[in-house]
Amino acid sequence: MKKNKLNNPLTLEQKIKRRNFLSFGIFGVLGAAAYGSWKWLYHSPEETAGITAGTKAPLRRALNKTEIFFRRLTFNENHMVKTYPVEMAAKQVRHNSDIGSEDEIDSEQWQLKVIRKDKSQLNISLNEIKKLQKTDLVFDFKCVEGWDQIQHWGGLRFRDFMEHFGLEEEAKPSYVGLMTPDKEYYVGIDMPSAVHSQTLLAYEMNGNPLPEQHGKPLRLIIPVKYGIKNLKRVGTITFSDQRPPDYWAEQGYDYYSGL
Amino acid sequence: MKIIREKHSLVMRWTHWINFPLLGIMIWSGLLIYWANDEYQISISGHTFFHFFSQRFYDVLKIPHRLSEGMAFHFLFMWFFTLNGIFYTFYTLISGEWRSLWPQKSSFREAWLVLLHDLHISKCAPPQGKYNAAQRIAYSAIILMGAGSVLTGLAIYKPVQLSWLTWVMGGYHLARIWHFLLTLGYVLFFIIHIVQVILAGWNNFGSVVSGFEIASKPVKTISHEEE
Repeated sequence: MKKNKLNNPLTLEQKIKRRNFLSFGIFGVLGAAAYGSWKWLYHSPEETAGITAGTKAPLRRALNKTEIFFRRLTFNENHMVKTYPVEMAAKQVRHNSDIGSEDEIDSEQWQLKVIRKDKSQLNISLNEIKKLQKTDLVFDFKCVEGWDQIQHWGGLRFRDFMEHFGLEEEAKPSYVGLMTPDKEYYVGIDMPSAVHSQTLLAYEMNGNPLPEQHGKPLRLIIPVKYGIKNLKRVGTITFSDQRPPDYWAEQGYDYYSGL
Repeated sequence: MKIIREKHSLVMRWTHWINFPLLGIMIWSGLLIYWANDEYQISISGHTFFHFFSQRFYDVLKIPHRLSEGMAFHFLFMWFFTLNGIFYTFYTLISGEWRSLWPQKSSFREAWLVLLHDLHISKCAPPQGKYNAAQRIAYSAIILMGAGSVLTGLAIYKPVQLSWLTWVMGGYHLARIWHFLLTLGYVLFFIIHIVQVILAGWNNFGSVVSGFEIASKPVKTISHEEE
């Protein structure tokens, strides 16, 4: 064999055949491997249901890593959401969902419950919140579905709320959890986004008290997040270093959902 | 006499083929996102000529409630799409392959002659190097389109934190329209590309896998032609 090889160099035809065999062979093998990897990913097991759920385990890992990458790279508390003149705000404010706020509610009876670090509870009435400095915000509300609308909201800045009610210790953990009174809808917000100076506990829409559909009597307006994080009808606020439960993150959406 | 003529580098071939499924996944997952609120349509004075997309698409592909799935795939594969594009671009610049790719002064005029030839209107095509004038324009444009998709994508993804980029891309709405139009552009490119590949024959197709093509007689090397 060795002798044969030395004596007869490959003919042109043989060279072409050999190179084609090698390149198409490798092409076929790698193509099949790529197809196999795709099949594996597409049918990979769902993540273990916990704070997040509803997507495949490798995709959730990617979502979490991507989140951290973009948080570290781009989040800056001084980056403000673009605001608009109040005349540009929509008169018919779009409404998508009533999860957690279907039933009628009495604003007089309602109280905001804040669970402090020492487990003690603050009960705050709407009047107490309304007495504080009101902030108006006209911005482009963005839904994860892809629609957006310029809307006008008014309320208490979340950072003012934290300061007024002496929640300095509570501002230290990494996350805020908000939940509707019936516990049907809940979101987890990272603290830097919560205390962003445009984040509101809103009680007014277009200068009037919030209608039922838009989260009467108090809702979260957090312009640095998609609409899914803008919880309607806040019931309870908690603080934690672990990610609090999040309704849409349990349905396969990105936990952070930041803009 | 037949000879083996080296045509495509290994990097060019593999970034090309890797890009093919990546772009497929990006378009597919992008549609799952788009379908959550399919607002684009072509309307002229009240009459809708085309709506992206028809009900048939939804029925065939079982679209509802797949927004989160689309986002999860889109935000994973964007990394590979971006890295593959950056790697290819840097390789092309460093290796000097850009010389046979980037349009020359004469390319825009010659591209018409290529088109006329391809449509069998004119019999002779202008002389060409590795790529003809139309290919130079199309293949360079597709690289710019890829960069455009990444940049408009980032502008939509982080319109607050990367607001400067969103502004450069023409604002949130325009960036989304660009992002969508670029996708339509890929589909159009793909259709023309496939037709051209079929017309060019097996030898041409095979060279994008194997790197070489078989010439029937000795020809000057490409670097020679360029001089």
